[in-house]
Amino acid sequence: MKIRIGLGSCGIAAGGRKIKNRFEELFRENNLDIEIITTGCIGMCYLEPIVDVIDDTGTYTYANVNQSMAEKIFNEHILKGLPIEKYIVSTDKNPHPQLKKQVRIVLRNCGIINPENIQDYIESGGYSALKKVLNEMSPQDVIEEIKISGLRGRGGAGFPTWFKWNAARASKGDEKYIVCNADEGDPGAFMDRSVIEGDPHSLIEGMIIAAYAIGAHTGFVYVRAEYPLAIERLNIAIEQAKEKNLLGKNILNSGFDFELKIKMGAGAFVCGEETALIASLEGERGMPRLKPPFPAQSGFFGKPTNINNVETYANVPWIIKNGGREFAKYGTEKSKGTKVFALAGKIKRGGLIEVPMGMTLREVIYDIGGGIKEDKEFKAVQMGGPSGGCIPKELLDTPVDYESINSTGAIMGSGGMIVMDETTCMVDIARFFLDFTCKESCGKCIYCRIGTQRMLEILNNISEGKGTVEDLEILEELCYSVKDGSLCGLGQTAPNPVLTTLKYFKDEYLSHINYKKCPAKQCRALLLYKIDAKKCVGCTMCAKNCPTGAISGERKMVHTIDENKCIKCGNCIKTCKFNAIYTE
Amino acid sequence: MGCSCEEKLSLNFDDKKVDLSLMEPILKKYEGQSASLISILQETQEVYGYLPLSALNLIAERTGSKRAKIYGIATFYAQFRLNPTGKYIILQCQGTACHVNGSKEVSRAICEELNIKPGETTEDGLFTLEDVACLGCCSLAPVIMINGEAYGNLTPDSARKIIRDIYEKERRKNSDEN
Repeated sequence: MKIRIGLGSCGIAAGGRKIKNRFEELFRENNLDIEIITTGCIGMCYLEPIVDVIDDTGTYTYANVNQSMAEKIFNEHILKGLPIEKYIVSTDKNPHPQLKKQVRIVLRNCGIINPENIQDYIESGGYSALKKVLNEMSPQDVIEEIKISGLRGRGGAGFPTWFKWNAARASKGDEKYIVCNADEGDPGAFMDRSVIEGDPHSLIEGMIIAAYAIGAHTGFVYVRAEYPLAIERLNIAIEQAKEKNLLGKNILNSGFDFELKIKMGAGAFVCGEETALIASLEGERGMPRLKPPFPAQSGFFGKPTNINNVETYANVPWIIKNGGREFAKYGTEKSKGTKVFALAGKIKRGGLIEVPMGMTLREVIYDIGGGIKEDKEFKAVQMGGPSGGCIPKELLDTPVDYESINSTGAIMGSGGMIVMDETTCMVDIARFFLDFTCKESCGKCIYCRIGTQRMLEILNNISEGKGTVEDLEILEELCYSVKDGSLCGLGQTAPNPVLTTLKYFKDEYLSHINYKKCPAKQCRALLLYKIDAKKCVGCTMCAKNCPTGAISGERKMVHTIDENKCIKCGNCIKTCKFNAIYTE
Repeated sequence: MGCSCEEKLSLNFDDKKVDLSLMEPILKKYEGQSASLISILQETQEVYGYLPLSALNLIAERTGSKRAKIYGIATFYAQFRLNPTGKYIILQCQGTACHVNGSKEVSRAICEELNIKPGETTEDGLFTLEDVACLGCCSLAPVIMINGEAYGNLTPDSARKIIRDIYEKERRKNSDEN
């Protein structure tokens, strides 16, 4: 018997470490020698802390485990061998519905193995792809296999991976570099973090194989400083790989040398753009450079450099081991394999999932994600973060592949999927993303630097009820100007959240402009606070707590709110014990 | 250096006397390595908790980089701070999932409770409040992180309570010491 506890960032934040300590105590007190395996995230983040008990009869998953549950699990299941049915959410024989429809290639080990123990990875077949590459394959063979697989860049743009590798390989020069972009800056995306926290060796193995294919001997993982646990685990993994001669000089006696270093990002979204990332690696401000020359020709300090994202590299060992053809069996004609998504927002089962390309958004959100929190009405799903867009209800049957998602005006992006319901205001969402890109613009291109500022001002006005219909025309015109006038992806895609919401939710904009109403009741300035005369008992609490004296009324009489004095702070709603105050 | 621009710039810093000898191991570690300015700044911040002006000047001197360039890098990246921080650093996640799950209200409650705005430090030097890009705990939204520990599924009231609890803890500690 052994137990497994998920200690990804989500598991730790939910209290997983305390649960682990409790089990350790219980085992010690009872002189039991039961192994506790700590793993990364299985992807069911909303159920953390998660504890798996693995006994002779199978694997049983317990969710939302607290201290008293831990004791019960110990007393009943571990001591007496009696699984506690009512706490179990998933078993190996009857997996949780969130897991059933998934195909896990990138996440094959996440939540299963101990990411801090290289032996676990090796026992699950890890580094066998690297051995195969070094012993049996030429660099050209590797690139050919990746070509057969149809793997495309998982960072967002979907550029064929083999093509990039081939270009870097073909570039002249004996000094070449390989870089992993783990600067996961999209607000609402945590795929890279989970993969590094849960299975760092799959990234390392993928990078060594890629380095071999293009002829690089030095590699960097550029990872966000906001991910301390991922950095720690990656460091441990690199050290362990060095000890086993999987990194360093003459790897596995093949004559191939490869050194891997971690570079911490310092917090700039624009560094997700590859030329800006290279500038940052060089110790400079992360400002994009003109392409061409592409990094494959002239990258890190002018040397040929290949940059891919975490998920792209993590696919590579599986492809080499199982063959490109096997990978290409999953997916659609142009988008092969699987895609990892971070499901979040107003969704019942938030977490990390991996599905074959071509699955519809509806299946992802309803069958895997379990639908909308509190069974509210689905309004839109945001894909691609600040570079992406909002996909409305009518397009829920869009299959998840690069071309189909692009045709909606959103982008596949790196895999953030934020679900929104009737209480999300689409003007506010557009404003939110623009506020983000505006702050993160590096300032190099005028359209991006000032254009996004002007767009933000217009959106602020609209959400405060000061917008006009003409504003919408100017806003749209600015969108296209910013797209055309920007050097890099940040500026070129910054207008997407505005354009898609204008396209699918124009009525919400018009409602803010013409009727000064926010249908989702999110834009504070447009809310009207009212007192329900039937419910108000005249307790005077609201009047006492109103900072501007906008509420008046005699004791034991119905109170009223003076709209002109009200600053919409919401204090009255919070203090009313009779739910008599509402907004419209 | 008598340039008036630089004098004005120095007003951006809260430059208390710092022990520059702490910089030596960092400067030695990266000596002669190009492309290491960001790493040097990161480690300097780790030592002092922020980037003191005198440390930046020393880095410029020793790496041979222009001071303007170093100041440029230090202000370009969100991670770097030019002023000392409080004992507790509260990071408010600005991610989309937090936003749609009500982080604005949580943030308002925290600002009210501490009586400061994001980017500021409380007068007693106990709390620094910062807005940060997504912390990546989206399924726990809305989330804040205090000194590395994440607090999830917040409401305005639970966020207030977290802060009040820390105040209480500090108060008790102080009275124990006296």
